[in-house]
Amino acid sequence: MNGAAARNHLPRQLVVALTIPAVAFFSLFYAWPVVALVRRAVTVDSLRTVIGDRSLREILWFTTWQAALSTALTVVVAMIPAWVLSRYEFTGRRWITALVTVPFVLPTVVVGAAFLALLPSSLGQSVTAILAAHVFFNIAVVVRGVGGLWEQIPSDLAAAARTLGASPWRTMREVTLPLLTPAIAASASIVFLFTFTSFGVVRILGGPAHPTIEVEIWQRATRFGDVGVAAVISIAQVIVLGLAVLWFTRIQSRHRQTLGLRPANQRRHPRGWRQATAVRATCAVIVVLICAPLAALVERSTRADAGKHSLTAWRSVFGSHPPGSVRQTPATSIDPLGSVFTSLRFMIVAVLLSLVIGGCASLAIAALGRSGRVLDTGIMLPLGTSAVTIGFGLVVAFSTRPFDWRAAPLLIPLGHAMVATPFVVRVLLPTLRSIDPRLRDAAAALGASPARAWREIDLRLVRGPLLTAAGFAAAISLGEFGATTFLTRQGRATLPIAIEQLLGRPGTVLHAQGYVLATILAALTFAVIALVELARGLVDDRPRRADTRQHRSVDVRRPRARTS
Amino acid sequence: MLELRDISLSFGVTTVLRNLSLDVGDGEVVAILGPSGSGKSTLLRVIAGLIAPDEGHVLLDGAAIDDVPTHRRDIGLVFQDEQLFPHRSVRRNIEFGLRMRHWKQADRAVRVQEMLELVGLSGFGERRVTDLSGGEAKRVALVRTLAPSPKIVLLDEPLTGLDRPLHDQVAKDLGRLLRVTGTSALLVTHDHEEAAVIADRVVSLAGPD
Repeated sequence: MNGAAARNHLPRQLVVALTIPAVAFFSLFYAWPVVALVRRAVTVDSLRTVIGDRSLREILWFTTWQAALSTALTVVVAMIPAWVLSRYEFTGRRWITALVTVPFVLPTVVVGAAFLALLPSSLGQSVTAILAAHVFFNIAVVVRGVGGLWEQIPSDLAAAARTLGASPWRTMREVTLPLLTPAIAASASIVFLFTFTSFGVVRILGGPAHPTIEVEIWQRATRFGDVGVAAVISIAQVIVLGLAVLWFTRIQSRHRQTLGLRPANQRRHPRGWRQATAVRATCAVIVVLICAPLAALVERSTRADAGKHSLTAWRSVFGSHPPGSVRQTPATSIDPLGSVFTSLRFMIVAVLLSLVIGGCASLAIAALGRSGRVLDTGIMLPLGTSAVTIGFGLVVAFSTRPFDWRAAPLLIPLGHAMVATPFVVRVLLPTLRSIDPRLRDAAAALGASPARAWREIDLRLVRGPLLTAAGFAAAISLGEFGATTFLTRQGRATLPIAIEQLLGRPGTVLHAQGYVLATILAALTFAVIALVELARGLVDDRPRRADTRQHRSVDVRRPRARTS
Repeated sequence: MLELRDISLSFGVTTVLRNLSLDVGDGEVVAILGPSGSGKSTLLRVIAGLIAPDEGHVLLDGAAIDDVPTHRRDIGLVFQDEQLFPHRSVRRNIEFGLRMRHWKQADRAVRVQEMLELVGLSGFGERRVTDLSGGEAKRVALVRTLAPSPKIVLLDEPLTGLDRPLHDQVAKDLGRLLRVTGTSALLVTHDHEEAAVIADRVVSLAGPD
């Protein structure tokens, strides 16, 4: 490998300057809040309370087993779609694949609301509802992860097992499943992390009876004023999650090299009525499973009036109240339509912030080569920290002098940007790293100044990924609930906050309004993603997916090369 | 031993096999020669039960096996690209068919040893199959299929991808191996010479048209 200078012609001082926004941002809004949390946590009193508290142990136990069960269910449910989508070619396959991904881009609060709308009220706030929502939300992780590997396993490997005398079931157990193990383990760990730190879904579907650790942190900190105890739990969780992530990455990189599988398209058209039926039935089930909760959401938004469908809730949200009806509902401090605009405003700020910080950081990391790894790792830390902890940390850090910014509205988009920046970096970095420095040399040889060469080449190539990153950041900001829930103030509720508040209060009209807002939030999220896809189609002049994949595998192998 | 009666098969509008009939005698090694795309590989898959023919019958020892699933047919198939199980060692690959037939562990060990010696790979048992060279992988694939002594062995271009000297060596080994073990075999290839070296009888397969 050449030195950093040969890989990037950006002047050294500029590279250092590029790290400044990220370093400043992360020290002030990530490291400092964590320090503040630790300072609040490490007191004899709070430590003793936590150790002696039986209810906390019960909550930890519930959090763990619901996460384990959610993960197991998700894996089981996702295996069949993973098999059908990776093994068979049929009309509509791309649509079904896209449909499976839909739940994953939805905000957690919308998923919670959708299942609250779908399930009968007897199941509305129960463990069953939480599990169902978790499976719905995470199914894409497993279908994508496992299906991606399944595609690469030659179908003749199973045929070989069959000719050696293995029944279909035995072939599955002895050949296919062992080969899929790395992907199953990887996606299961991701699902476990997501469900273990699940907050939005549990706040809406768990009710007070089923708090997870995240919900408990929030309750202790905001409801009971038990900041010390909440801080202890947060810090413990940060440590445990960090260790878990490290452990998972280790397992993954160990598994990664064992099989010499080459990417190949193994899909074929279903043959015979049995295969055709299996494919059709799977697709039908997927369509129903994904669409039913969303349809229920929309349907419930039209049920403000007892017994019949109407647009009352929609009208009341958009301000043209039918005379009389609004008077009968209890006065609330929630301004439904206002929350839409609040969300959009915060979204714009969060996108800009995360693009600037993440963009500069990505450039610096790419230019620094190996020494950029420290910055890279630092920026990834918020990914391993739950959103609740981030929000809680911000509140604790900025509620006392010298930084009493509790009431500053800027804290909310800051929190969103914190959550979104790691994604921005992950999207931009592969492309920036893959740009061949000789392209710039060529431009220089043709008479372009370094700045010009950079603009003509790097900036051009990175336009597409930049759009994707902006889309990610926008979707994250729109749906962010965990951090916002700590930072929100009267009259400044974002959509997810307003949805949770409306659904949590008694009253049909309020519930219907909550479903209206959830529908709007889902639509906004889809619109953002669709817009980005559309814009990328206009900007991209060559497919870049192969590059991304190549570079990811290089990343995985690098640490191993150093140890051996 | 093996009889094919009027096998026809098409994928959509493409006819791959049309009214094909063929006999392979006990202990006989037959080579099917044909250009690529003439449906040779597909024919082997039909015999192994991996693809159902549209029409016709496959008979083994005089009995129709059309409804017998692949794993109960006792027909071995050596794939063109070996298809060794990448997550198992050489020994565990060769053992696979024996385990499916419920051999005892001691007997399996003896058999694996025998098989490895037969192809000059003694001591390779614990190697990872992903570390084998092309020629070694071919030989392992071969003895993996032969180990459980199937009634007949089907070989799908078993020597493609080997360079010339290695190719000739493995071809000679293969011919010897099939005779030593007295195995009936049906070999598919596009190489006349190879067919002549290995087989007792050569059959040409024209395309479906």
